[in-house]
Amino acid sequence: MSDNTLPSGHTRINSLEMRNITKRFPGVLANSNVDFDVRAGEVHALLGENGAGKSTLMKVLYGLYGPEEGEIYLNGKPITIESPTDAINQGIGMIHQHFMLVETLTVAENVALGLPSSRGFLTDLDRVSERILELGKIYGLDIDPNAYIWQLSVGQQQRVEIIKALYRGAALLILDEPTAVLTPQEVNEFFVIMRQMVADGHALIFISHKLHEIMDICDRVTVLRDGRKIGTKIIADITKSELANWMVGREVSMTRELEDIPLGPARLQLENVTCKSDRGTPALRGVSLDVHSGEILGVAGISGNGQRELAEAITGLRDVTGGTIHLEGQDVTNFRPGVLTERMLSYIPEERMKDGMIKDFSIAENMILREHHKNPFANKGFLMLKTIAKHSDVLIDRFRVKTPSRDTKAGNLSGGNIQKVVLAREISRQPRVLIAAQPSRGLDVGATEYVHAQLLEQRGNGTAIMMISEDLDEIMGLSDRIAVICEGELMGIVPRDEATPEKLGLMMAGVAPEEA
Amino acid sequence: MNEIFSATVIIGVLSSGIRLATPYLYAAIGETFGQRSGVLNLGVEGQMLLGAFASFYVALTTGSLVYGLLIAMLVGALMGLAMAYVTVNLHAEQGISGIGFYLFGLGMSELLFKMLLGTVETVKGFSVVPIPFLSQIPVLGEIFFQQNILVYIAFLLVPVAWFVLNKTTLGLKIRSVGENPEAADSLGVSVARIRYFTIILGGTLSGLAGASMSIALLNVFQQNMTSGLGFIAVALVYFGAWRPWGVLAGALLFSMVNSLQLWMQVLNVPIPSDIAVMLPYLLTIIVLVATVSRVRSPAALTKPFDRGD
Repeated sequence: MSDNTLPSGHTRINSLEMRNITKRFPGVLANSNVDFDVRAGEVHALLGENGAGKSTLMKVLYGLYGPEEGEIYLNGKPITIESPTDAINQGIGMIHQHFMLVETLTVAENVALGLPSSRGFLTDLDRVSERILELGKIYGLDIDPNAYIWQLSVGQQQRVEIIKALYRGAALLILDEPTAVLTPQEVNEFFVIMRQMVADGHALIFISHKLHEIMDICDRVTVLRDGRKIGTKIIADITKSELANWMVGREVSMTRELEDIPLGPARLQLENVTCKSDRGTPALRGVSLDVHSGEILGVAGISGNGQRELAEAITGLRDVTGGTIHLEGQDVTNFRPGVLTERMLSYIPEERMKDGMIKDFSIAENMILREHHKNPFANKGFLMLKTIAKHSDVLIDRFRVKTPSRDTKAGNLSGGNIQKVVLAREISRQPRVLIAAQPSRGLDVGATEYVHAQLLEQRGNGTAIMMISEDLDEIMGLSDRIAVICEGELMGIVPRDEATPEKLGLMMAGVAPEEA
Repeated sequence: MNEIFSATVIIGVLSSGIRLATPYLYAAIGETFGQRSGVLNLGVEGQMLLGAFASFYVALTTGSLVYGLLIAMLVGALMGLAMAYVTVNLHAEQGISGIGFYLFGLGMSELLFKMLLGTVETVKGFSVVPIPFLSQIPVLGEIFFQQNILVYIAFLLVPVAWFVLNKTTLGLKIRSVGENPEAADSLGVSVARIRYFTIILGGTLSGLAGASMSIALLNVFQQNMTSGLGFIAVALVYFGAWRPWGVLAGALLFSMVNSLQLWMQVLNVPIPSDIAVMLPYLLTIIVLVATVSRVRSPAALTKPFDRGD
């Protein structure tokens, strides 16, 4: 094996350079004269807030977008990439943030898709399977070629994506937020694979906004902000907080003190609440808790232990099969969401793209979804368009939503800005009770900081807040009290100053607080 | 009443049932390809009507049934091409544009009929080609192997379609484009090219389906002679869970019911003919209600693909 060959048998890419890349979308300059380069044997991180232009730059490299300006050099020679096929032929592979897998096909079929077959127009899945096992052995990617994608866990699906790229001879891999969907254990396994690939001479581009991951796995980092390159640094020369400030462009506080607020009366009271999951199995088994005015009650737990059902039971989206829910002393069990809205309950749903807004509606329309039928937004059934426009302009300004205009479709915004729209709608009406589910999931450092500040401001205003989160840092940073839920049961409620990650972790695994 | 259970009648019902399955099979197998690639073509009926007229007219004027077949396929393919342009390039809503193509085919075939023929005439269509030896088998031979050539081809189409969809690289591309076009696109598969191919193929087969009625089954052309058969073919694709063998089962079920009701009328079974004629359509609704929730349709069905560039 010569120095220039990878274990997969393909030629390595010693250097790849993107120069002066400019890409425009209607109303947005996504990339503006961006330079970027990566070499064999390194992980180069691409860092930036939501909407900074990271994905756009990588889609240009992979041939999915044609840039208005700029050149790409491979091993010093200029190349043109006009389609994914061109990119693949040059040895460039991409693992997309949302997996590009066909769920109803097998692993081997997904790998073979689009490639010429050794049997002409007939498929050669047996040979493909052999090669998959071979590659799996070389790179430590254990996978069954005959399994259907829908049968695989998210971590396994990601391995299929990597094998797909390696099978096509990828020497350079673009990893677009590969860890966003993984559990901590899966992230560790994934890093082992990444280190192996780098040691073998692959070039990796790693997109993430989790700073500790970048500190952990990368050699160099390039920061983008508003579509422009801010700079490139060697990871060894920079600290985590420097990196955070550099990305956002200002000082970011990564920890915060809670100001003392006198605890008000209980505004939300759950008494022995039970409900069923979508599949009809018990999801909540007798949950009792209170949320008071001026406090944030954090609800911690491992994903899928009844958190979603809890939020939906309170907000009237799911039938409560037992127990009672009181809102400001009045029984509201199984009230419809509309009635609960009238009583000033607000909800920031976990699936903000699906449950939090209507993608094809404009920002202005999304901002009045909850109160569109009431004064001042409507009068005798007619929408008051001027008021609505003014209202949304005020909120766009106040919540710093980055958008070309209030008429932009909400679906065209980045994740962080979508969350700001939801937040603006739910908070600006001065709710009495606020349910926030995974409020910062998928958001970058700057947007997370902003969301947290808004929640704390609401706390200061006396709103009773229930914050459901799987992120322990978020839970411990913001909550006055922490309720831990496991398999639909409340394991206990821990005051802020008694909570440690170890204790919460044990309770999340089902250990009673006295023993934890 | 007893005669309906006689051997002759049962063989007659089954034999004509096999024959009547022909147009369903062509149309539904063609539609299967389209839907597996994510395109719902509701214009099948229109493609069939134009195909039926074109083949009938050409066969009548030239005396060549082969020319008739070719022109039916060409007409179907051209309508498929137009449908592909509208849905793939212009991203039009598939259901609505399909209905547009149906109405075009309906009106155009009627107009051409009035302009070029004016009265109902008959042609000598494809004759029965008994298959040597097999056609001698008692009962079975008569049911299956004493049919015209278009019947045999229609039934052969089922395993061929199954093979293409499941064992070839083209089939793999078609299935992936119908399930996750973004994934297929990211691997260099041209979503547009695959969809053009399947829609034109579907149109070609729908044209054949029409020809199988006007120059093989009935040997006449009448206005709206397909009377909803093309729509049933679309329903059959759902019934067959997007699989050629399932489509075959559905086609046989419907053609057998159809054949039965025709024989019932011939034998003067005391059931009002309106009710009897209604049977296949009633069955469509019942079967669809019973099956549709059971199976998963191709995930990208009716969704236009746009890379977003």
